[in-house]
Amino acid sequence: MNSLIEFIRQPWPWWVSGPLIGLMVPILLILGNKPFGVSSSMKHICAMCLPANISFFNYDWKKEIWNLFFVTGILLGASITWNWLSSQQIDINPKLISELSKYGISNPNNLVPAEQLNWQNLVTLKGIMMTVVGGFLVGFGTRYADGCTSGHSIMGLSNLQGSSLVATCSFMAGGFVSANFIVPAILKL
Amino acid sequence: MKVFFSNIKFLFAGMLFGAILIKAEVISWFRIQEMFHLQSFHMYGVIGSAVIVGMISIQLIKRFKIRTVNNEAIKIIPKTYTRGFIYGGIIFGIGWAITGACPGPLFAQIGGGATVVVVTLFSAIAGTWVYGYLKPKLPH
Repeated sequence: MNSLIEFIRQPWPWWVSGPLIGLMVPILLILGNKPFGVSSSMKHICAMCLPANISFFNYDWKKEIWNLFFVTGILLGASITWNWLSSQQIDINPKLISELSKYGISNPNNLVPAEQLNWQNLVTLKGIMMTVVGGFLVGFGTRYADGCTSGHSIMGLSNLQGSSLVATCSFMAGGFVSANFIVPAILKL
Repeated sequence: MKVFFSNIKFLFAGMLFGAILIKAEVISWFRIQEMFHLQSFHMYGVIGSAVIVGMISIQLIKRFKIRTVNNEAIKIIPKTYTRGFIYGGIIFGIGWAITGACPGPLFAQIGGGATVVVVTLFSAIAGTWVYGYLKPKLPH
């Protein structure tokens, strides 16, 4: 049993973890005809809490409640795995680490750059850009694009949908510009 | 209660996905920066191999007419294309690099103890709401 836990705890190569992510597609289809996707959960939360007579949120969210069970599970599963089944070591390219050290970021084994992104920094301009503004763009953009990395890049591409390829290329284009020009500007604030 | 028991399987599926997200390291802000600086193959390998497995799975489901656990036929409804896929996609991409998280990893980062990401998640929900509010006025 201990050796099994040790085996799980070590960092996994991409060719183990990637195919397992792909298996979420048939698992959800077979469990209940559900298309793999995460960002819709935020739409259902809006429809549930503050529909405000907006037609986009005027549907029976109760029929989509599986998605809220799913994202609650993501939070729980990630918590258990990060705390007990992970080495908490991430093998990041040293070149990136030395670039980021200019901005006071040194520990790549956190999930987020904790030196910059924390509760103390939240009400600084940098903190607001990295949480409030960044998060807003994620929520607004995924709904505008009708899906995220899960719904388009994994589920849509797996189903050979050309429109999901367009969406995925747009995600990547925005990300390249942002990571190379916008993120450094924010970190300099 | 009936709702709870009929959906509990999706909670477990989510737990499995949350665990895999952590092990795949795609929830790391640093992995996202590496990907967009072309400094590592990791993210491309994860996403690429996930798509290949997903693609083969769907082909097998169609070929062998595999049914759900409740013996229903499996139906996949494709999304309807609009130009919003491009505009929204670019906006999401910008946010993805800033936060280091797409929607799934937002939940996973909170679970992993980066509690400040709760603010990011709330803001993402607010962004979703504002999209719904502005939808009739936006180009699609």
